[in-house]
This record gives sequence, structure tokens and C-alpha cells, in this order.
Amino acid sequence: MNNIYYLWLIPFFPLVGFIINGLFGKKLPKPVIHWVANVAVWSSFTVAVIAFFDLLKVVPGQRILVDPVYRWIFTGGLAIDIKFLLDPLSAVMILVVTGVGALIHVYSIGYMHDDPSYYRYFAYLNLFIFSMSILVLASNIVLMFVGWEGVGLCSYLLIGFWFEDEEKAYAGRKAFITNRIGDFGFILGILLMLVIFKTLDFVEINKILIYHGETLSVTALTLIAIFLFIGATGKSAQIPLYVWLPDAMAGPTPVSALIHAATMVTAGVYMIGRLNLLYAHAPVAMAIVAAVAGATAFFAATMAITQNDIKKVLAYSTVSQLGYMFMAMGVGAFAAGIFHLMTHAFFKALLFLGSGSVIHAMSGIQDMRQMGGLKKYMPVTYWTFLTATLAISGIPPFAGFFSKDEIIWSSFASSRGGVVLWAIGVITAIITAFYMFRLVYMTFHGENRSPEEVKHHIHESPAVMTIPMVILAILSVIGGWVGVSPVIGKLFGVENSNIFEEFLHPVFAHAHIHFHHYSEATEWWFMAISVGGALLGILIAFYLYIKRTDLPRKIALKVWPLYKLLFNKYYVDEIYYYLFIHPIYLISLLFLWRFTDVYVIDGVGVNGSAKSVRFTSRILKYWQNGDAQVYIFSFVLGVVLVLGYLLLA
Amino acid sequence: MPYNGILIMAVILFIIGITGVMVRRNIFIMLMSIELILNAANLVFIAFARAFADPAGQVIALLSITLAAAEVGVGLGIFVAIRRTHNTVNVDEINLLKH
Amino acid sequence: MGWKGLPLISIVTFLPVIGALIVLFIDKNEGKLIKTTGIIVTSIDFLISLIFFFAFKAYSPDFQFVEKLPWIASWGVNYYVGIDGISLFLVLLTTFLTPITILSAWKAIEEKEKEFVIFMLLLETAMLGAFVALNLVLFYVFWELMLIPMYFIIGIWGGERRIYAAVKFFIYTAVGSLLMLIAILYIYYAHYKQFGFYSFDYEDLFRVVFTFKEQLLLFAAFGLAFAIKVPMFPFHTWLPDAHVEAPTAGSVILAGILLKMGTYGFLRFAMPLFPLATRAAAPYIMALAVVGIIYGALVAMVQKDVKKLIAYSSISHLGYVMLGLFAFNLQGIQGGLLQMINHGLSTGALFLLVGVIYERRHTRLISEFGGLAKVMPWYAAVFMIVTLSSIGLPGLNGFVGEFLVLVGAYKAAFAEYLKDLHVGHFTFVVLAATGMIWGAVYMLWMYQRVFFNKLTNPKNFKLPDLNLREAVIFVLLLIFIVWIGVYPNTFLSRTEASINKTINRVMISKEAYFNRGRAMNASTIRITEVERGLIVEKVPMGEGR
Repeated sequence: MNNIYYLWLIPFFPLVGFIINGLFGKKLPKPVIHWVANVAVWSSFTVAVIAFFDLLKVVPGQRILVDPVYRWIFTGGLAIDIKFLLDPLSAVMILVVTGVGALIHVYSIGYMHDDPSYYRYFAYLNLFIFSMSILVLASNIVLMFVGWEGVGLCSYLLIGFWFEDEEKAYAGRKAFITNRIGDFGFILGILLMLVIFKTLDFVEINKILIYHGETLSVTALTLIAIFLFIGATGKSAQIPLYVWLPDAMAGPTPVSALIHAATMVTAGVYMIGRLNLLYAHAPVAMAIVAAVAGATAFFAATMAITQNDIKKVLAYSTVSQLGYMFMAMGVGAFAAGIFHLMTHAFFKALLFLGSGSVIHAMSGIQDMRQMGGLKKYMPVTYWTFLTATLAISGIPPFAGFFSKDEIIWSSFASSRGGVVLWAIGVITAIITAFYMFRLVYMTFHGENRSPEEVKHHIHESPAVMTIPMVILAILSVIGGWVGVSPVIGKLFGVENSNIFEEFLHPVFAHAHIHFHHYSEATEWWFMAISVGGALLGILIAFYLYIKRTDLPRKIALKVWPLYKLLFNKYYVDEIYYYLFIHPIYLISLLFLWRFTDVYVIDGVGVNGSAKSVRFTSRILKYWQNGDAQVYIFSFVLGVVLVLGYLLLA
Repeated sequence: MPYNGILIMAVILFIIGITGVMVRRNIFIMLMSIELILNAANLVFIAFARAFADPAGQVIALLSITLAAAEVGVGLGIFVAIRRTHNTVNVDEINLLKH
Repeated sequence: MGWKGLPLISIVTFLPVIGALIVLFIDKNEGKLIKTTGIIVTSIDFLISLIFFFAFKAYSPDFQFVEKLPWIASWGVNYYVGIDGISLFLVLLTTFLTPITILSAWKAIEEKEKEFVIFMLLLETAMLGAFVALNLVLFYVFWELMLIPMYFIIGIWGGERRIYAAVKFFIYTAVGSLLMLIAILYIYYAHYKQFGFYSFDYEDLFRVVFTFKEQLLLFAAFGLAFAIKVPMFPFHTWLPDAHVEAPTAGSVILAGILLKMGTYGFLRFAMPLFPLATRAAAPYIMALAVVGIIYGALVAMVQKDVKKLIAYSSISHLGYVMLGLFAFNLQGIQGGLLQMINHGLSTGALFLLVGVIYERRHTRLISEFGGLAKVMPWYAAVFMIVTLSSIGLPGLNGFVGEFLVLVGAYKAAFAEYLKDLHVGHFTFVVLAATGMIWGAVYMLWMYQRVFFNKLTNPKNFKLPDLNLREAVIFVLLLIFIVWIGVYPNTFLSRTEASINKTINRVMISKEAYFNRGRAMNASTIRITEVERGLIVEKVPMGEGR
């Protein structure tokens, strides 16, 4: 393990940016604010790039660089350090986070320039980069949890950024609390980990698992893995805790792009990647991850079909794509999962930025039914958006194709996967292509359906917004070329075409997940099926939304109950409300407080004893009637009784 | 036991005294009854002082006689005052302790 | 004696009394001067008490800066004071919070200022005395002394039902203390019986050996007194009333320091004095603590009054403290102790924040507010940070305490599990960990209703933001909130030795406990720490890595 003493600069710069903007931003002019924030995050990105190249200089097998900053909690053998770790996995992740983060900081200059709380926005955004880089670079799970909760906080603050709108403030709170439910599992996982491994350091945990993995209780490891996964379902919006993510779209669109698409929500995937050895030792937990992921991918995709809000479609699409990533993790194709995480960060961030550009142009309208025909007004947005859509649909040679195909193939070929998962993957891919092109067609093609006063405002966004989009569009195309599967590589005569997986290999090498071997022909066939599926989805969308625009309505009417079910997102929010939220509130109010606290403990117990004292004294006071003769009589009576008792006994 | 008679006498005096305090309403009669009780006690003290040849009993008896005299002095003073202010010597009508 | 020959503890403890004497001679119409005097005296007191922090020997488990003078020597009553790792930070918290609370009352208390400042100063002396006292009579005197100024602070400057609240507070606490007094006397006589001389001194009373039955009764007597003060469910109902009725300054002191008396009492007296009973009672106390955590949080959730909400949240937080203390391992107790400090800072700050808005609007009903973040951004920001500290966000103080408590409880559960496959303790941990969900639920819901949403109530349109005086108060508090969150070792390193000593006393094995008695009965020689070390059992449970 070598040291890399400047890694702390990556979180440090955004922290400084946050402090400057947070404390003085109110009085600073806008250019200063966004310069401070942008310089901070671009510096971080630069440091990340330098660190990345420093990492490359190291022999592949020893690519673990650490930056111990100081000892945070130290009590009787429990030592938790503030220590940063750079290995291929965190290097990829930190590049994505700071890179995409930096682009979105630039984009935000344009998107937020009219907002009165400009300084607050950039302060939060910097705080987010700070927390996220802590999460990514953490060398132990508690420090990761610091980042984990920190990004949750930023998410809360940014979703509820326009807090005057009660719905938005509520969405922020919902996100935070749902995440906390997940974190509850996460912390239980940490605690169990501490007891089992006696350490919380990732490197040391991996060492223990490599050398003594067989001696540890599988049940305990499975429990740890499941607890941590509960945390991941919260942060990464998987069933059953995904409900916050669609509502999170209440935040400013660049925030949705950065936090709720590209980076924060992938933290759960990253966490499993970090602890891949642990998961590899807990097959049951992996199966659960794969099952939950498959279900999430599919159901979220179905929910995306019926949404009319452009950001909601993307939100459900994110949930669905995260399902893909977890599916990869669940079947042990860790590199594929991280690969999809990266490409998804590019094209999903781009999709959100594109939708932000559209919303910006449409003066805040998000309903796709009021859009249409925007292609001619905003060509840059349209072409970049289309690139990203092709990428997410898995059309070669766009980035999404390589990563998604690898996941779908792995879900079949892995010994932990199976044909069911593969089928879910393919069907979801069809649905994905369908709803994404539905979105494109409804937004950019056809007639413009927007209200008149909006219509003549429609314009292409300024360069400060389009340039980040173009950069992301380029990345959405070429980003996948670093992880070309060997069969395709061979076609172009390239050896070791999957340099991405090779780069990450040291991190995942010890997991030893077995993949069945199939002939190249099989692999080609499977590839053809998934690409064919995507094309089919596009065709259906084309037919329904370009050719026969009357059909969607008719179909919806025909399968009305199903449509309604999908449109209302399977009523999950309502079920949660009536099953958990409302009962807990009522029990707290009526039973715990009004009955137990006020009536039983305070009423009967405390004031009751006070009252009983008062009552007794009220009775006893009749004895004290002021008549001396009565006193004497009772006195004599007492003497006689005592004497009688003494004589008789 | 030659002192039995004296002791029985003391008991009778005590009972008369205590009954008087309990049943009579006239404040002066009650005071006199209290004196009877005290005298019953004095009698016992003196009897035992003689029986055990211990002068302590006589001392106590003398002490209590002086105390009784002082008490009667104070008590009568109060009663006269009550008689003047409340115009009654009936204890039932003097229940100031209650209020 | 003392520190470099100076009776430093006595100086710090009784300086406020001298301050009170000075205030006595100031004309009662000079309100500002009186308060300034109070603030200056308590600030000097705080500065002097910092010597404790810097001169404290972190490696030593023993009492430091000890002063011992005979008081009623023939009865074994001594003026015996000292500070160890357990009381160090509580003393500092007390000296730190008192000037802040007087400063916070600058505007809020404008009548009978003289009496107010005098009561605050006397209260500080009583609280400090209780934390440093090492003689049980001395402790009891200070313990009871605390009640009186507090009773008046609630009763004179409180809200509408102040008399009810003050009387309730007083009687509740007095009931518990009386039982404790009886228990103290019992220990005293037991000590006499076993050793032939009278002593109320802390270190002497440890040598007394009690049968298990005696321990249970004595523990119950001490425990009740402390449990009421903590307050543990179901002895908590005085707290919401006292908090709601008390003036801001009273609430801050009450939540910040007085509540710590209960948990401190457990840690200092009840647990080490009666180790066998403590261990036997632990599952029940942990269960009550967990009930408190969840119950307090859920009841806090449905409150309409911000202050009442915070009062109930205190019950939840103190549940964490109790859970940590009764885990009987280093992390648990350190977490509990740290959580005591954290609660003092965070909840103290929350009450001060509520006081700020109460001064401006004279109401604390949540429904009266909404959208305050618009008009009072700094206030909202401070409130947010304190809220986050209260719900245990990593990076701020609350997390470190909560995390260590959970680690401790978890280790304890695991030790129990290994011993007899008893899974009950795991339930405690899991339920306690849900506290982090409930905390977020009630605090953020309240925060949203007060600070977010639309600014609708016209009375709130022109509320002024924090002024300089208030800003100073909160900056001071925030410094420590962040400090403990970022670098808790300042705290942990200084408490470890003393806590280990306490753990050794609590975890002593039955044989060792009774043998100790036999050995000492044979020759009533005072055993030294070294000898005690020989019979001390190792703490079961592997510590850390």
C-alpha cells in the first residue's frame, strides 16, 4: 500500500467552496458565486485526474493508494480513521463524480441564473461534491457512511430547494426519511461487520475475506450483506424504498441530473462493488440483490410508460437502470455493473440536462403533452438528447449498448444468474427503448402543442448549457468503447478490447464468480436478441407516437385498469401511506400520547397519586374537628385497644 | 401486696377523671377532671416511691403538682378569657381549633 | 491537594456564589448591570474551568485536583471533591452553558432580574458541586440544592401553568431523592458494620460488600432517584411540563445539565456501587431505554408546541444514553457520556433557538409559523445545523455519540448471545437503531412546518433575523457541535481511563466481589488500587480489532 498525500484535496476544494458561498454568498455578486463553486469542483476534477494517472503508474496488482488524514474515532481498540483510498474502483467513480459534477456546475450557471437563492444553490452543490467524494474515497465503511448521509442531506436540501412550495419541501423530506430507513439497515450492517471482522477498513476486511473467508459464518456475512443492501435500496432507489426518487424531481433539473441520476443514486452500486468479496461470500444475499434488482428494473420501466411529466419518465428510467446495475452486482458481474454505472452517468445526466434545457425553454412546463416539435427550435438539445436516448436504449455503438449488453449477457452466463433474469433484462430493454422514444417523439417531434404565450419564447439554451451537453453527448458515444466485449473486439482485430474490465480486475479478482462458457456464436445471438429488442421497442414507439397518434389513447382505454394501475404507480405511495405512515401517526397521537402519556401515566399515575393524597386528607380532616373531647376519646380508645392487644396476646 | 388498695384507688381516680374529661361539656369540670387524672398519677408515683424506697417518685410527684398548679393557672386564665369573649363555658361551642 | 496548591475545584464551584453575593449589593433596578455581572462571573468561571481541561491527565483513571477537608469528621462527612474523566466534560459543559443561558435571557427576563441572576448563579454552584462531590452527603446536599433555584426559576419566570409545573418538578424529584437518602444511610451503616468506622466517602463505600438482595433494593432506591431525573420512561411526565413552562434559560439548564445528573448518577454511583444488581437489572433498564427512545420520538412527532416536541425528543435522546451506559463496555459508556454532552449542546441550542422565536412572536405553536426560512435565513440555517446534529448526521456531534452507543449495545448483545444464545439484546439494538429514522421524522417534519412552506401568517412577515448577541451564542455552540463531530478524540481520549475503571467495577465477577469482602473483613486494611487491580476481572468481549 502506497501513500498518496494529496487525495484529501478532492473533498477539500468543494468544502472550501461551500464555506465561502454558504457564509458570504448572500453578499457576493453572482459571477463570484459561480466562479468560486466552479473553480472548487474543477480543481477537484483536476486532482482526480492527476491521482488517476498516478494510479496508472503503479503495477496493476498493487493499485491501492491511501491518504491517511487523521484518526477520527479512537476508543479502546475501535479505531476509525479519516483515510482516503484510491484504487481502480474509486478512481473510476471519483472521475465520474467530479467530472460530471464539474460539467453540471457549468450548466447550472445558465440554468439557475435568475434564481434569487443562487448562492445557496451553489453552496449546496459544492457540499454535495464534498460528501460524494468522501463517500467514494472512504477507506472504511463508517467514513463511507459519513458521505452516504452527507449526500442524503444535500439531496434533501436540493430537492426542497424551492421550499416555499409545500410539495417540494415534502418531497425533500420524503427523500431524507426514506433514505434514513435504508440507513437504519446500513448501520446495523456496520455494527455486525464490526463484530465479525473487528475492523471496518475495506482493505483489511478484504484481506480477512481472502485469507479466512471460509472460516467466517456464512449466516453472519449474509446478514451483513442484506443489511447493507437495505441501505442501498434507500439510497439507490430500489424496491421497496424507491418511492422517493420520482418525487425528488421537484428539485432543480441540474440537481436531478447530478444527484438523482449520475452520482448519488449509484452509491449503492458502488458500495456493493466496494464490498464485492463480502457479497461473493454470501450467495443468498447476492440472489436477493439480483431478484430485487430484476423486479425493480422491470416494474420501474412499466411505470415509466404512462408518465407524462418529462422528468418523471426519466426518474423511473433511472430507477430501472439502477436495477440493471444491481442485477449485474447480484450475478457477480461487478465490472459490468460499474461500467453501466459510468455510461449511465454520462447519458442519464445528459438526458436530464436535455430535459432541463427543454423545461428552461418551455418556461417551466414539464408536461410532455404540451410539448412536441421542439426539434426545430432547439437543435443542439435535440441531437444530444437523441444521442443519449440511443445510448440508453442500447443501440450500438453508443455507450449504453456495451454496458447494458454485458449485463444482460452476464445475467445469463453467470453461475449466479439464470434465464429468468436474462429474460427480465431483455424485456426491460424493450420497454426502455419504447418509453425513451415515446419521450423523444412526444417532446421533439410532431406538432407543437404548447400554449401560445410559451410558444414564442421557445429558444435554444445558451452555450454555457449546451457545451456541457455536447461534451456529455460525446461521452455517451465513445464512453462505451473502453469496455468492448471480446467478441466484438475480435471483429475489429483488437486484443484486450475490454480495458475497463481489465483496469478494474484487481478489485474484483478475488470474488471468483464462475461464468459459464459459451461459444462465440451464442454470444452473438444473445447480442442480436437484445439489440433486436431495443429496435422493436423503438419501432413500437415510432408506430404509436408518429404514425398512429390516435392509437395510444385507444389502447389505454382498452386496458384501462392496467393503465390506471401503471399511471398511479401501482398505488405504492398510497399503500405505504395507509399501511405505515398514517397508522404510526394515529397510534402515536391517540394511543401513545393522548392515552398512555396524558391519561395513564400523567393522569392516573402522577396526578392520580396527587389526587388520592388530596382525597385521603379530605376524609381525614373530619377527624380533626377541633373538639378536644373527641381527641381524648380516640386517645383512650387507642390506649384500650393497645392494652387489650398486649394483655390478650 | 399492701399497695394494691392504693393502686386500685389510683385507677378509680383515673377512670373518673378521664370519663369526666370525655363526657362533661363544662370547661371547668373538665379542668377539674384533668386534675383528678394528674392526682391519680401522683398517687402511683408516691406509692411506688415508698414501695421501692426511692425518693425519685416523690420528686416527680412534687414536680407534677407544681406543674399542675401552673397549668391550672394558665388554663383558668384562658377560660376566663373565653368566658368573656365567647360568653360560654360549653366546649361544644368553643371549636376554634377547627377553624 | 487541588492544582498546584490551589483549591481549583472549590474556586470554580463557589465562584458563582461570590458572584451572587456581589449581585446582592447591586441596586435591583440596574437590570443590565446585574446580568452583565452574572455573565462576567460565569465567564470567568468557565475560563478558570478550562484549566481542568488542559491540566487533566488523560491516562489516569483516578480523581484529579482532589480536595479533602473534614466537615463533620466524626460522622465521616467530608468536604471531598475531585474530577475524573467522567465528570470533567460535564463540569465544562456546566460552566460553558451557564454564561450562555444568562446571555440568552438578556431580553427574555426583564423583571426581577436580580433574583434571576442570583438563582442562576446558585444553580451553577449546586450543579458543579453535584458533579465534583465525592462524599455522598456532600453529593446529596448539592443534589437537593439544585432543586430550589430551579423550582423558583420555573415558578417565577415560567409560563401560564408555571406553578403546577414547578411543584410537579419538585415533588417528582424529591420523591426519588428521599429513597436515595435512605439508601445512602443504609450504605453508611453497612460500611460501619463491616469496617468499624463511619464514612460517606466515595472510595470508602466501594469496599462495602452487599448481598445480592441488598444490592437490588439499594440499586432500586438509587435507580429511581436517577431514573426520574434522566428521565426514563415511565417517570418522564414532569419533563414536558417543566420544559414548556420554564423560561428559555430554565429549559436550557434543565435539558443541558440537570437531566445529566440522572445519567451521571447511574454511572458514578448506582452502577459501580452495586455491580451485581446493576448487571441483573441491565436488561430491564435497556428495555426501558429502548422504549424511551421510540416512545419519546413518536410522542414528539405529534406535538403541536415546538418546545414540547423538543422536550419529548430529550426523552428519546436520553434513552440512547441509558442504553449506552448499560452496555457495560467502553464504546457504550463513552457513547453514552458523549451523548450526554451532545444532548446538552444540541438540545440546549434547540431550546435557545425556540427562545429566539418566542421572544419575537410569544408563541411556540408550530401552526403559527411556516416559511420562516425566507425572512430569517441565518436563523433557519443555524436551526438546520442543530437539527441535523440532533438527528445524528455524521460530521456533527450527534452521530459519534449515537454510533458509539449502538456499537456498545451491539457488542453487549453479541456477548450475551455468545453466552447463552439470548437474542433479546439484539432486539434492543435493532429497535434503538430505528431511533435514527424517528429522529428524522419528527425533527424534519417540524422543521418543514416552521421554516419551509409558504409564508402565510402576516405576523411573520417582518421578523428580524438573529441579532449579534444571539449570533454569538449560537456560534459558540456550533463550534463545539462541529468540533465533537469532526474530532471526538479530544473527548474520548480523556474519558477512556476513568470509564475503564468504572467498567472494571461493574463487571467484577461474583466470586471476586464476595471474596473481596471476606479478605477485607479479615483485616480491615484499605486496599490499594493495585490490589484492586489484581482481582479485577477482564472485560469480556473482544475490543475492536
